[in-house]
Amino acid sequence: MKWRAIPLSAWIGIVGLAIAIFCAVFAPLIAPYGEREVVGDIWLPMGGDFVLGTDNLGRDLLSRLIYGAQTTIFVALAATVLSFSLGVMLSFTAAVVGGWTDQGLSRINDLMMSIPTLIFALIVLAVLPQELWILILVMAVLDSTRVFRLGRAVAVDVTVMEFVEAARLRGEGRMWIIFREILPNTLSPLLAEFGLRFAFAVLFLSTLSFLGLGIQPPEADWGGIVKDNKDGIIFGIPAALIPGAAIAGLAICVNLVVDWLLKRTSSLKGGRGDG
Amino acid sequence: MVQESGPAGTGRAPQGSLAAGLSGPSPANDSGAPSGRGGGLAALRRRMPLATLLAQRLGLSLLLLWAVSVVVFLGIEALPGDFAQTYLGQSATPQAVANIRAELGLDQPALSRYLEWLGGVAQGDFGKSWASGNSVTEQIGLRLGNTLFLAFWAALVSVPLAVGLGMLAVHFRDRWPDRLINVVSLGAISLPEFFVGYILILFVAVQGGWVTFPSTVYAGMSFGQRLEAIILPCATLVLVVLAHMMRMTRAAIISVMSSPYIETAELKGLDTLRIIARHAAPNAVAPIITVVALNLAYLVVGVVVVEVVFVYPGMGQYMVDAVTVRDMPVVQACGLIFASVYILLNMTADILGILTNPRLRHPR
Amino acid sequence: MAELLEVRDLKIGATAYPPGEPPQDITIVHGVSFTLQKGKVLGLIGESGAGKSTIGLAALAYGRGGVRITGGEVLLDGEDILALGGSGIRDIRGRRVCYVAQSAAAAFNPAHRLGDQVVEAAVRHGVMSRSEAWERAKYLFGVLGLPDPDSFGRRYPHQVSGGQLQRAMTAMALCPGPELIVFDEPTTALDVTTQIDVLAAIKRAIEETHTAALYITHDLAVVAQISDDIMVLRHGNMVEYGSVQQIIEEPKEDYTRDLVSVTQTLKDEAPDQSDSLLRIDSVDAAYSGDFKVLHDVSVHLPRGQTLAVVGESGSGKSTLARVITGLLPPSRGEVIFKGAALPPEFANRNKEQLRQVQMLYQMADTAMNPRQTVRDIVGRPLTFYFGLRGAEKTRRVAELLEQIEMGKGFIDRYPAELSGGQKQRVCIARALAAEPEVILCDEPTSALDPLVAKGILKLLLRLQAETQLSYLFITHDIATVRAIADSIAVMYQGRVVRFGPKSKVLSPPFDDYTDLLLKSVPEMRLGWLEEVLTTRRMGSAGH
Repeated sequence: MKWRAIPLSAWIGIVGLAIAIFCAVFAPLIAPYGEREVVGDIWLPMGGDFVLGTDNLGRDLLSRLIYGAQTTIFVALAATVLSFSLGVMLSFTAAVVGGWTDQGLSRINDLMMSIPTLIFALIVLAVLPQELWILILVMAVLDSTRVFRLGRAVAVDVTVMEFVEAARLRGEGRMWIIFREILPNTLSPLLAEFGLRFAFAVLFLSTLSFLGLGIQPPEADWGGIVKDNKDGIIFGIPAALIPGAAIAGLAICVNLVVDWLLKRTSSLKGGRGDG
Repeated sequence: MVQESGPAGTGRAPQGSLAAGLSGPSPANDSGAPSGRGGGLAALRRRMPLATLLAQRLGLSLLLLWAVSVVVFLGIEALPGDFAQTYLGQSATPQAVANIRAELGLDQPALSRYLEWLGGVAQGDFGKSWASGNSVTEQIGLRLGNTLFLAFWAALVSVPLAVGLGMLAVHFRDRWPDRLINVVSLGAISLPEFFVGYILILFVAVQGGWVTFPSTVYAGMSFGQRLEAIILPCATLVLVVLAHMMRMTRAAIISVMSSPYIETAELKGLDTLRIIARHAAPNAVAPIITVVALNLAYLVVGVVVVEVVFVYPGMGQYMVDAVTVRDMPVVQACGLIFASVYILLNMTADILGILTNPRLRHPR
Repeated sequence: MAELLEVRDLKIGATAYPPGEPPQDITIVHGVSFTLQKGKVLGLIGESGAGKSTIGLAALAYGRGGVRITGGEVLLDGEDILALGGSGIRDIRGRRVCYVAQSAAAAFNPAHRLGDQVVEAAVRHGVMSRSEAWERAKYLFGVLGLPDPDSFGRRYPHQVSGGQLQRAMTAMALCPGPELIVFDEPTTALDVTTQIDVLAAIKRAIEETHTAALYITHDLAVVAQISDDIMVLRHGNMVEYGSVQQIIEEPKEDYTRDLVSVTQTLKDEAPDQSDSLLRIDSVDAAYSGDFKVLHDVSVHLPRGQTLAVVGESGSGKSTLARVITGLLPPSRGEVIFKGAALPPEFANRNKEQLRQVQMLYQMADTAMNPRQTVRDIVGRPLTFYFGLRGAEKTRRVAELLEQIEMGKGFIDRYPAELSGGQKQRVCIARALAAEPEVILCDEPTSALDPLVAKGILKLLLRLQAETQLSYLFITHDIATVRAIADSIAVMYQGRVVRFGPKSKVLSPPFDDYTDLLLKSVPEMRLGWLEEVLTTRRMGSAGH
């Protein structure tokens, strides 16, 4: 693995991700003002004391953005990790055990996927109390259906391979087969999928917050900042676009990295056939 | 498939069900593997694979619709939390909660309420809104048309554009137009709808002053006025689905173009035009139709956010408002309708896929 | 005689993508020259990677994937087709030079009728009118022995069998009346009894139409039946080039000699076959539901001997292995090992029972976990069955690697870093690690090149002589059976049609199927195909 072999697009993605994660981790240290601190007039233009201007309540937009990175990234990451653990565990179980377990889990998954994610989330969030852990859980469960579908497909592909059959015939237990035979062979597609699910979680969380159903104010998250400042648009104030651009930027960076990862693994498999 | 459409899957469109749609209708008599189950169904399937598969697919959709109604109504009931309590908020007195429960009929057993609701839905009656007391059906009647109007025009613009761009990318495969389209679409996939929407509003409506914002439509507007009102929301939707549809189209065409029968055609000395028209097109139609139908299904959902951004009086706006005030009859009605359209379009994709499969059209 | 095709110093390159490194240009054909006269057939033979398909496609000025022709000339009637532009090339392809692919099933467009595809090139190039082309297609269908030639063209590709598709593809190549046809392993994917019909049909058709051909294959016995000249290729270089007679009867190069002698007998049958270590007793088996694949199968395998189970695809031979391993419990009958019945399902067998029956697969590639090293792969059964760990395990793995003639230098390699033959050897080591009594071999040599396969067979026989191992050897290849078997079971449509010691099974009187099977196996001598066809014709005339 050489540094030179990483293409420019992937570098852009890696650097972008690094900046976002740095902001998220060290938000209180690098933010010039407090998260909820009113520091000036509303919707001040960019420049001067406030690099990105102020928001609809006169808070520093840059500081809101940095704190927003923390909330957005941690919530999205938590939801993705949870959705992944759930999806991978269930899908591998379905693929290895087979039979009725597989049928049951797969049909439930089909049913959940037949309702569009956003619509499903709206229905469920209409009933449940507005709390952070519930939001994360809902995002995770809904998203795990996608992970399940991929995980099962990948695991079934590996399960039918003869080395798995050989392990079964040797008398190996189920845990050995899942963790030692199947998992190592599914890591690269799953890793790429993790990136994509994370990008989706960022977009999804932002959309929910934008609709007023995600993170609740006064806590800052990128979708919520868009919502707070959307009324400024009519007056030509671009404050709402800045967090929007941050969301887009993060998603693009993740996609760039995943794109490169996928190309790398697929070229590993590629080989010339018979001459 | 993974490689081609990989990063496209920011989860926007139901990328998973594309694979299912393509691989789903594989004929039972294809492999000759141990699939012969004997019995009546297998015999029927051998004789009329097309009719059997279509009937199966239709049946599956109906079953799904019913199951969705169960999830939307009974599944929600099973969640922790009391409708009346959440509706009134945490500070409500027990007496007020009991009153509202009785008023809304929530003191009845869930199953009997479900059956009553389902009976109403079957006759087109979605009950009354808790918030306004108005008939939900009436409200939906006013708004569904608006939403479909918007989605229809977005589809009309985006489908030919996406397929055209996809073909263009394949034609210039691995040269700069393809790379450019690839990079731009990779970026476009990552843009949230509201971001695209507000950029358009800021630059086109506010600073440019070319169109009006918000995109209100009301009764009595002429067709031309309506069309003008939806220009921006329509453009937003197009931008949002375009990239995805284009990438999937490109992948579908490339997969057909790399099949051995295209090599055969090349080795017959046919010219490019004939290879594409006669040998690639008939086989690419099915996957492209699937791509289009799946993205249309997404379009119908993407409309929710776009309607909120543009304050457009459609189903999405209605549903989001109802969710905010926890107006369950409206939420359930909208949820069921959105899910039905989604299921319907997915089914259409599968059925068209089955119909365009020569193996099924001409059984042994 | 006029030279139809002359290839001069042909060099072909491609781009390789080694993992983690920048792409590299590699040469896959290093300057090959040959000539072909009108109406003659030249056989190109070699193992995988020899560059034979690439050379064949160069006769159509075509490079598959990233393959490029980097030097030399391809003269068709004196004209260098590599120097022609796009339209000049198109005018030659499909009119003067046609191509028959290995997998006709993939090479036909599923969306169109066979007839339309067969006549397409002739009509598009203006060689003949549409109705004339259809008449010619029907004539060719007849010559090629396709059923119902008048209506055959109205069918779709998925509606006919593999052997018929291959013949239809030959008709497609012959239809425009080309001067040259490139046959790229046209019978390799077919069963042996189908292969002979297709081979005979191709031979008759090119003789009747006086078409010249390049016939590409890895099977010297096949190419001997159809060619006038043979060129032996290896690693993109010419090894030997001469008439069929010279190559088969007096090969000059060692490599060619090895190819010619690849099918000799390696072992004489054991005299006493009364013992039965493993006995399959009246077994019926069915996949989900009532789709029966095995009918009343009874065979037995003596200790230290080899039972070859031979049959074509769909005969149930691999299913038999699944029944023995317990992956598919039989619906009737028993598998008796050392005098006691094995539990039908492998999940109910104990470690000792599992250990004593090991398995070798056709695809060594998929039989090994690509994320494990040779140490892990061979070492796991040692830990699992015998509790060996650490240095003790490493020592034993090294011992096993010596036993399979590979040496301990391979211990930390991943499967991707091994050649095809080495992979199969590691699989053998993994089986040996369990110290089994029986190894079930499911076509372990059929994916390998002939010389590599021979090495594997020799290794298996040596191990058998040393350790009294017993093999149940499943194969479709009679030559392999002749080489290694003590006893043979011939399977056809899920039944054992013939079972006994090798000498008895392979000598007359035969049942109909065994007769057909044995006569279909190409023999490494001239005129074999004609002989078989003549006896067949006499046989059918007699009925």
